[in-house]
Amino acid sequence: MSNDNVLEVRDLVTYFFLRRGVVKAVDGVSFDLKRGEVLGLVGESGCGKSLTALSIMRLLPKGSARTLRGEVRLGGENILTRSPREMRQIRGRRISMILQDPQTSLNPVFSIGEQLREAIFRRTRGSKAEILREAIAALRRVEIAAPGQRVGQFPHQLSGGMKQRVVGAIAISGHPEVLIADEPTTALDVTIQLQYLKLMQRLQAQTGMAILFITHDFGVVARMCHRVAVMYAGRIVECGPVARIFQQPSHPYTQALIASVPGMSAAASRLTTIDGQPPSLLDPPPGCRFAARCKYVQPRCRDSYPSTFSVGAEHAAACWRLGP
Amino acid sequence: MPWLSALVILTMLCMAVFAPLLAPHSPIDQTLRDKLLPPFWFEDGSSKYLLGTDAFGRDILSRLIYGARVSLIVAALALTVGGGVGLLIGIVAGYMGGIVESILMRLVDAAFTFPAILFALLLAVTMGQGLGTLVIAISLLLWASFARIIRGEVLALKQRDFVALAKVRGCSELRIMLTHILPNVLNTFMVLVTLNIGVVIIAEAALSFLGAGIPPPTPTWGLMVSEGRGRIAEAWWVSLIPGLAITALVLSVNLFGDWLRDRLDPRLRQL
Repeated sequence: MSNDNVLEVRDLVTYFFLRRGVVKAVDGVSFDLKRGEVLGLVGESGCGKSLTALSIMRLLPKGSARTLRGEVRLGGENILTRSPREMRQIRGRRISMILQDPQTSLNPVFSIGEQLREAIFRRTRGSKAEILREAIAALRRVEIAAPGQRVGQFPHQLSGGMKQRVVGAIAISGHPEVLIADEPTTALDVTIQLQYLKLMQRLQAQTGMAILFITHDFGVVARMCHRVAVMYAGRIVECGPVARIFQQPSHPYTQALIASVPGMSAAASRLTTIDGQPPSLLDPPPGCRFAARCKYVQPRCRDSYPSTFSVGAEHAAACWRLGP
Repeated sequence: MPWLSALVILTMLCMAVFAPLLAPHSPIDQTLRDKLLPPFWFEDGSSKYLLGTDAFGRDILSRLIYGARVSLIVAALALTVGGGVGLLIGIVAGYMGGIVESILMRLVDAAFTFPAILFALLLAVTMGQGLGTLVIAISLLLWASFARIIRGEVLALKQRDFVALAKVRGCSELRIMLTHILPNVLNTFMVLVTLNIGVVIIAEAALSFLGAGIPPPTPTWGLMVSEGRGRIAEAWWVSLIPGLAITALVLSVNLFGDWLRDRLDPRLRQL
């Protein structure tokens, strides 16, 4: 437990309790987020990335989902045991979030300025003029042109990329230590994506906040992240520095995933795919969840879940093949 | 277009506010000698009674002016009380979900199954006739439909990311309901209010007719229509004139409501 870690997640377990049974959507996830680092959390749709983020924020959908076990330590203190009231103080100020779709991330009936004002006022309780000045400064920080005019405009008057910048401005207005970005560029078109990623990098460098960057796009990971955690069917299967993961992926799932990124495997003209489908998280098999699709599968893979083995500096993967 | 409807609404409001100054006659005093006179532009009409008289020889214009008072007060109060309660219940039920929603929405279902007229009659018997009874009765008729429609709207709204991000920012549930959900359903609420003004005026008329509303000598538009019903063949103006007033008011309010909605909706304010 070094003091470098601003966020430590330990054995986080979040299940959905449905009439059909228990969906083990996040099943023992552990990772560290270092101060000033961008950690990528990659995985395919439905592997539990977003639910991990919501569990950390403690904003699970009401009723069906519940976090059963685990610790989420923010600056050393477990926030899973905090009261809802204390949690509200933590959200926005110490840990914040950006969601995927800028179209619905802003309230359509309020101007940009009013929405920034809400976030800023909660923190500073300043006068109207001060807040307006701060709102304009916040827009300038996310590189929106003519911020003085934009504060009076409504969300529908802004483009998608612009809206996502505003969402970003609101998210970082409380100077959080941790920003969770849940596929922030997926809904933007490619040229805007690149601009937005560059902006996030600049902001990250300026503020020194740590970013948990959730995505399914390895290209984005390569550009943005220092380290990457690969998630499969509710568990993290491999975690390590980005360069190492790309050069020496150790877990068969990571290998297959990197091989299937178009243009990354040398001169492949056909798209490489992974056969089969992820297992149902309703009663998943006891062993390795990738066993059914894995080409190196051994008998014990089906019986017991593999331990995590170190395969290099800060690089570890959960696969029996890597064991002694 | 909004100016014409605004003018009609404003006229009706002025009639209601300045009734004692505007009315040429007493709305209650009977002059049986002058009963059932047609409006002045007919041969038998008299310039003393511009819009004619009813079966008791009361001046229809004066009753119309005073009637605006009762009708508008009842409409405003019933829509504020009934609509307001429906709005709150709809937001709370839709946003909170779970057991709260189940209980509130079963109450709404129960309210729908209960015949409003019967309940109003019951109220009139127990509480006595009067404005209060009328407002409570009509509010009970309104709130459930408001609650149901607003809840539907809220269900869709709370899925939107800005609600999730408000939570991320650390807003409380109450704050989200008040500052993020409420302003987004106000347009729907305005439309519901305008659409229901007609319902309220007609409900008021029906209840007054049944004796559960305002007691008879006081003029209300609904009561005036009801009173002329028996002689519609010979003295059509007794019913038709207040009927036209209701139509004009309801139509104007609806048109004005449409215009207002377009004005208020920032998505339509673009150009």
